[in-house]
Amino acid sequence: MQKTPYPDARGRYGEFGGKFVPETLMCALDELERAYYEAKLDAEFQRTLRDYQVTYVGRPTPLYYAARFSEHLGGAKVYFKREDLAHTGAHKINNALGQALLAKRMGKRRIIAETGAGQHGVATATAAALLGLDCDVYMGTEDMERQRLNVFRMRLLGTRVVPVSSGSKTLKDSINEALRDWVTNVRDTHYCLGTVYGPHPFPLICRDFQSIIGKETRIQITNAEGRLPDLMIACVGGGSNSIGLFFDFLGDKEIRMIGVEAGGRGIETGQHAARFAGGRLGMLQGAFSYVLQDPHGQILGTHSVSAGLDYASVGPEHAWLHDSGRVEYTYATDAEALDAFQLISRLEGIIPALESAHAVAHACKVVPKMRRDQLVIVNMSGRGDKDVEQAARFILPEDQQ
Amino acid sequence: MNRITERFKQLATRREPAFIPFITAGDPSLDMTARIVLELEKAGADVIELGVPFSDPVADGVVNQEAAQRALKTGVTLHDIVARVKLLRRQTQIPVVLFTYFNPVLAYGLESFARDADDAAVDGVLCVDLPPEEAGEYKRLLDAREIATIFLAAPTSSPERINLIAANSTGFLYYVSRTGVTGERSDVETSVEEMVARIKAKTTTPVAVGFGISTPEQAAEVGRYADGVIVGSAIVRLIGQWGDSPDTPARVAAFAKTLADAAKGKSG
Repeated sequence: MQKTPYPDARGRYGEFGGKFVPETLMCALDELERAYYEAKLDAEFQRTLRDYQVTYVGRPTPLYYAARFSEHLGGAKVYFKREDLAHTGAHKINNALGQALLAKRMGKRRIIAETGAGQHGVATATAAALLGLDCDVYMGTEDMERQRLNVFRMRLLGTRVVPVSSGSKTLKDSINEALRDWVTNVRDTHYCLGTVYGPHPFPLICRDFQSIIGKETRIQITNAEGRLPDLMIACVGGGSNSIGLFFDFLGDKEIRMIGVEAGGRGIETGQHAARFAGGRLGMLQGAFSYVLQDPHGQILGTHSVSAGLDYASVGPEHAWLHDSGRVEYTYATDAEALDAFQLISRLEGIIPALESAHAVAHACKVVPKMRRDQLVIVNMSGRGDKDVEQAARFILPEDQQ
Repeated sequence: MNRITERFKQLATRREPAFIPFITAGDPSLDMTARIVLELEKAGADVIELGVPFSDPVADGVVNQEAAQRALKTGVTLHDIVARVKLLRRQTQIPVVLFTYFNPVLAYGLESFARDADDAAVDGVLCVDLPPEEAGEYKRLLDAREIATIFLAAPTSSPERINLIAANSTGFLYYVSRTGVTGERSDVETSVEEMVARIKAKTTTPVAVGFGISTPEQAAEVGRYADGVIVGSAIVRLIGQWGDSPDTPARVAAFAKTLADAAKGKSG
């Protein structure tokens, strides 16, 4: 597979992606695309980004050999890419910082963002504080309830958190509100979209800023083991941490890759966010991809214990990697993710984000069937401090909550 | 000739702008929608924009979002709306434009949609989140059936994009008078007249203006220079207020008449 020609000039990954937005935003997308390509070639911009990545974000994040977890599963050696150790506690800062620098370069004084679990909101609020930009973050009221800690963090960082009570009150609806804000304030505002979704060039920009995960991993696993891994696993909401890990390895055909979606209460219940298992081709919020929708094209409500995976569509590059067969996609249920959440806490002293716990849950299924000399990398995309309250509701008996 | 084009030609000979009200189909019910359409025609509407409710209307303000939610709760679908237009053709030949988001059309199937819309004598379609660049197949299928493809132009559209939009729009071109979502505004941006003149210099396709027009004064102002005046949220809000009351069509029409008359310079 060639990785360089995608997306094409129209922002398409095969038939997926594109630019499906109201006319008012078309100029902003063109402006963003031009500015991004200029910045990509600008040594000064790249140096600034690199400096912040090292001195502010704390990159490179470690690649950690999870010895007790590996021993427990009794199969391949499992490594965790520790994005949970990046500043603000998740991979989201890679993209937020890059886009905030880009916004500044474009002369925008204000950035806005949507957030589900709150990690992208916190990352954007952080980058805005760092660079002196005004920042508003849209967040569904249901997500604000389950991620109260992150709401407080954003406010502490000087960001205004705007509650979104329309629709399902989750990530999809906060994207709608952010798009409405951007349509209205497009001249002085940059929309810092948090995942590899939305209209072109967002999936491209976000992928590029996140691909540092895979680039570091290549060096680290080679140093540790003298070779590349056999399998890589990452959770997939919009799909930014997974594409960040996978992208640099797409050409290494011998490496198997698995993306894990949110199975919620099970596919058969309809209460899930497994787009590849339950979705059809469609267009939502700017991109053509797999979409959970009813027969008449209305977008369906989704469910996941993890707010960050609770979304009705998936990044167009993932749709393309799915259809081309390069990456396999599966799902883990709420219950499996919560089990993995506790298992990794006890075995490794790492409390994973509930999102990342979905990837761990799938590792628990496949790693025991592998040989001991095989290597697996799981993307520990974020830390679970934000989820402790939410998880306690499910895990602890009521009198101990 | 497409009925929208025909209507604009007739109006041009009278030097009158078209009055184009927008209502959300299925709010509060498709029966009521049909009755409102007939009353709007009597009140002076030249073209009717029927909004197709969508779960995630990113281009709409709160008033139209809530109307879409009310309509969706009744279970109305794009299939139902097309079928209702067909039924309505027994009573009126007023040009009807479906104002929709792209996903319901995709789910319908582009080919089936073009066929059924043609069969129902739908006169035009506007997909608010479908720019001309992405509209190839859609436009080819609708062109083949002489259904007008209406595209949006915005204050932020570059001269190159205006050319592209003008080249792809048939029936009329919809100029969005505001950078923003649909909804009522207290004043009309001053640069609208200038932008409409710039677009009209490039195309013979009529240019209608919408987004934010809610009072007779605004309708009169825009009616002086635009080929069409589109009013949505102000009417949708009234339908929301009056709901299923038997007087709703007449009351909506009375308000619409003040706008139609103002737009056409027949009052004040």
